[in-house]
Amino acid sequence: MNNNAYNINIFSGGAELLFDNKRHYNIDLPNKDTWKLGDLLIWLRDNLLSERPELFIQNNSVRPGILVLVNDSDWELMVSSDLWYLICSLCQILCKYAPCP
Amino acid sequence: MPMCSRKCGKNAVLKRPKTGDALCKECFFEVFENEIHFTITRANLFKPGSTVAIGASGGKDSTVLAYVLKLLNEKYKYGLKLVLLSIDEGITGYRDDSLKTVEQNRDDYEMELKVLSYKDLYGWTMDEIVKQIGRKNNCTFCGVFRRQALDRGAMQLNVDYLSTGHNADDIAETVLMNILRGDLARLKRCTSIITDSGDGIPRVKPLKYTYEKEIVMYAYFRKLVYFSTECVFAPNAYRGHARILLKDLEKIDPSVIMNIIQSGESLVINEDRKLPSLTKCQKCAYVSSQQICKACILLEGLNRGLPKLGIGKSSRVNKLITENNRQNNCCNDNCNKNCTNLVKNNV
Ligand SMILES: [Zn+2]
Ligand SMILES: [Zn+2]
Ligand SMILES: [Zn+2]
Repeated sequence: MNNNAYNINIFSGGAELLFDNKRHYNIDLPNKDTWKLGDLLIWLRDNLLSERPELFIQNNSVRPGILVLVNDSDWELMVSSDLWYLICSLCQILCKYAPCP
Repeated sequence: MPMCSRKCGKNAVLKRPKTGDALCKECFFEVFENEIHFTITRANLFKPGSTVAIGASGGKDSTVLAYVLKLLNEKYKYGLKLVLLSIDEGITGYRDDSLKTVEQNRDDYEMELKVLSYKDLYGWTMDEIVKQIGRKNNCTFCGVFRRQALDRGAMQLNVDYLSTGHNADDIAETVLMNILRGDLARLKRCTSIITDSGDGIPRVKPLKYTYEKEIVMYAYFRKLVYFSTECVFAPNAYRGHARILLKDLEKIDPSVIMNIIQSGESLVINEDRKLPSLTKCQKCAYVSSQQICKACILLEGLNRGLPKLGIGKSSRVNKLITENNRQNNCCNDNCNKNCTNLVKNNV
């Protein structure tokens, strides 16, 4: 099994608009010693984002209003405002965006 | 992975922005629902035996509101009858899906659903309005028309209350907007949990102290079906800036949201300043702070082919109306159509 397989869900709520309107991606990351959440988000931006990257990442973090869940948990529990959390392989990453009401 | 701060022994699934606590799913549900219950009881929001319309867009806020009100109504025996009220703006491809979501809400929560269209209420669909006005200003229209549409629908349904899903982020944003615009009358009203619009039906906001992030998380963990209600038209630029400012501040310190709401609540407006008092619109008899309500001014503009009317200041509007009155002596096809509509909707 590939260690670098990740399951990305772009959850409804607007975030899918940034990702080519697709809600689900299975991705294989290039080999590298450790993949941290921060690296992954940057990778997502550079490789999957179909438009307007500034709506996803700003000032080295996700844009306010975008919620990220890793294996069904709020990533803010792990990172405490710091992007560089080490992630396991086969993570489920879910980006939820809380758009205008 | 951190443990739940309530020491229940389970793993936390989220960090609450409001308190910074790490909570497990079950504890989060409990505090989330209890806080709304507390908000409702502390404000004495509903009289037992009342009928409450829930303004339902199919979006996260109104879906969570419907779910939680149903749950609390059963758990704490509020004795309320809950109904869903939904507005179809007539935007191609936009409401189709969200109305399906509202219908899903109706079936899941076993509530009656009433759908009213802009065409019924105003004689114009949002698509037709956009054709006239272009995409830039249309949020003025959809905001004004949407607000009245809910109130009018509530009257048609003959309910005692109209509840909306405005959350803490929305309210803080509105406080900021009203300060930036110097709109003291709205500033005074916008933080109230219950707004009594004269002889209208009280509007209530049970999610007033609930953070948007927690609403999204609650809907996700409860697996509630909702639709992304982001308006397909670009949001009003001004509000867009206020929202970005607020979200940026929230990132630095989430308590700014509550701080702004509390500041709004404790503001005392100098009564020497003239605040417009509420009267009835001369055209549609709907409660308004002006002689002619904003919706009627916008409609007037549309029907006269002056769609920009009503987007600017009201003094300019009156001038435009008088000028235009001098030019057309009324009763062209459009105006007739509108007159019939106004009579029909004169509730
Ligand atoms: Zn717990
Ligand atoms: Zn809009
Ligand atoms: Zn009117």
